[in-house]
Amino acid sequence: MAYSPTVMDHFKNPRNVGEILQPDGVGEVGNPVCGDMMSVYIKVENDRLADVKFKTFGCGAAIAVSSMITEMAKGKTLEEAMKISNADVAEALGGLPPNKLHCSNLGADALHSAIKDYLDRKAGKVPAPDLGKEPHHKPGGKGCYCPYCQKEVEEEAPLCIFCGKELPHELEHEH
Amino acid sequence: MALIYLDHLAATPLHPKVKEAMIHHIKTVYGNPSTDTQVGQPAARALDQARTQVAALINADPTEVVFNSGGSESINHAVKGVAIGLRQKGNHIITSNIEHKAVLNSLRTLRLLDYRITSLDVDQYGLVDPAAVEKAITPETILITVMLANNEIGTIEPIADIAQIAQKHKVVMHTDAVAATGVIPVDVQKLGVNLLSLAANQFYGPPGVGALYIRKGTAIWPLIDGGLQENKRRAGTENLIGIVGMGMAAEMARLEMPERLPRLQALKDRLSQGLQQTIPEIKVNGHRTQCLPHLFSVSVEYIEGESLTLMLEEEGIIVATRSACASGSLRASHVLIATGLGHALAQGTLVFTLGMDNTEADIDKVLKVMPRIVQTLRDMSPIYKKEHAG
Repeated sequence: MAYSPTVMDHFKNPRNVGEILQPDGVGEVGNPVCGDMMSVYIKVENDRLADVKFKTFGCGAAIAVSSMITEMAKGKTLEEAMKISNADVAEALGGLPPNKLHCSNLGADALHSAIKDYLDRKAGKVPAPDLGKEPHHKPGGKGCYCPYCQKEVEEEAPLCIFCGKELPHELEHEH
Repeated sequence: MALIYLDHLAATPLHPKVKEAMIHHIKTVYGNPSTDTQVGQPAARALDQARTQVAALINADPTEVVFNSGGSESINHAVKGVAIGLRQKGNHIITSNIEHKAVLNSLRTLRLLDYRITSLDVDQYGLVDPAAVEKAITPETILITVMLANNEIGTIEPIADIAQIAQKHKVVMHTDAVAATGVIPVDVQKLGVNLLSLAANQFYGPPGVGALYIRKGTAIWPLIDGGLQENKRRAGTENLIGIVGMGMAAEMARLEMPERLPRLQALKDRLSQGLQQTIPEIKVNGHRTQCLPHLFSVSVEYIEGESLTLMLEEEGIIVATRSACASGSLRASHVLIATGLGHALAQGTLVFTLGMDNTEADIDKVLKVMPRIVQTLRDMSPIYKKEHAG
């Protein structure tokens, strides 16, 4: 296990777990099929995030990322919060194992999606049913593609047999 | 905090007798068993003894045991060795959807070389239907490879029935018995297979050493080419320290199995019943009776397995998960999906593998802490909320 002490701390003692009753905005990304799903709830006062809470289905990294993003966002203006990137979250956690970096992508995305939801509500837009959901590939689905020559390759193969290039850990998949 | 180790499929601690045998060997023997000198001969005798010990565990003739680097090499040798050896006869291989990656990826390689693969469905318990195997056989079929017991759900396959069909159609039969050998009785005569893979680290022997059983007369080409070691089946100077350890582990498994089996089964039953009584909405995987006595696979609704194992480890409990997040490949387990489990439920899967040092107190500790941990994670889970809000 290669989790940093900060990741383990946030995993074991996650901050801001739960829901906000009557939130001003909700962001939901991922789905359990992909391994992780995160919901972020926000309360906004004077354009600042007065409260941020989360609920997450996912691995240790996903839970730690969720906890960290809520801590980083709390008290910030909406504009400041929109600038928090996934890389910022990973850095604040003292780094994540390479195969866990995709988990960190959930954190900032869910927060930004909650803020967008708030702004849309304020503007009187009716949210579409699945608004804010990230498109995710379907694990177990067919088709892994070489990122260099775009030919279909065997899953988890070390190299592309068409162009001979070494394949990255996560291949592109059919959406 | 004393650790409670429940991941014996990943590694088993060395049996005290195995340690003793290996240390004695290190201290007294350094020769090459292929050399006919005073230095080489003790090594050759140690090799012979280990071969006899392993052969006795699976009821084989010692000349039919080929030592190698472990389960993955055995499987690669069996699958690719037969594919090469019988290329003139045909290019079709039959397997199942729940095989170990060593089989899947050996077949992936063969597919690139124009071999055709038929991979058979399993039922909800993970069982392969022997009738489906027979139906899949064509004149081009050269090999059937189906595992003896599955390493994720524990289901024991009807290998003797499948081997009978293979024999009738004159097709070579290999079984990956890595998860089973040394745990349950494995008898190559009763199974009727041509090839059987086993590994020492599943039965209190060292990692990095295994064996392939090759029935006399089986057409199989070497995987490792070179010298004449292992009766020309596997080149390279033998890993004799490991092999000596494997030999002793095989002997102890054979002698102690009558005691180990009922103990493991009782501990597993205690764990299975206890968890089902204390945690709602869990699913037990694998066959109820045709199952390894030390393996218990369970899927927990609404939560993800890696976070569950991390929290159990905080309580000193070491257990494996089959969640995609922990797999490295970020894919849900192909075995669980093949038995019809949904991706979300597969994510919440734990695999407990018990060992001869585990006690009832160990199981009771799991039963005590796991319900609370599951509830903590469920309270954190957005899908739990949704399902339970109706």
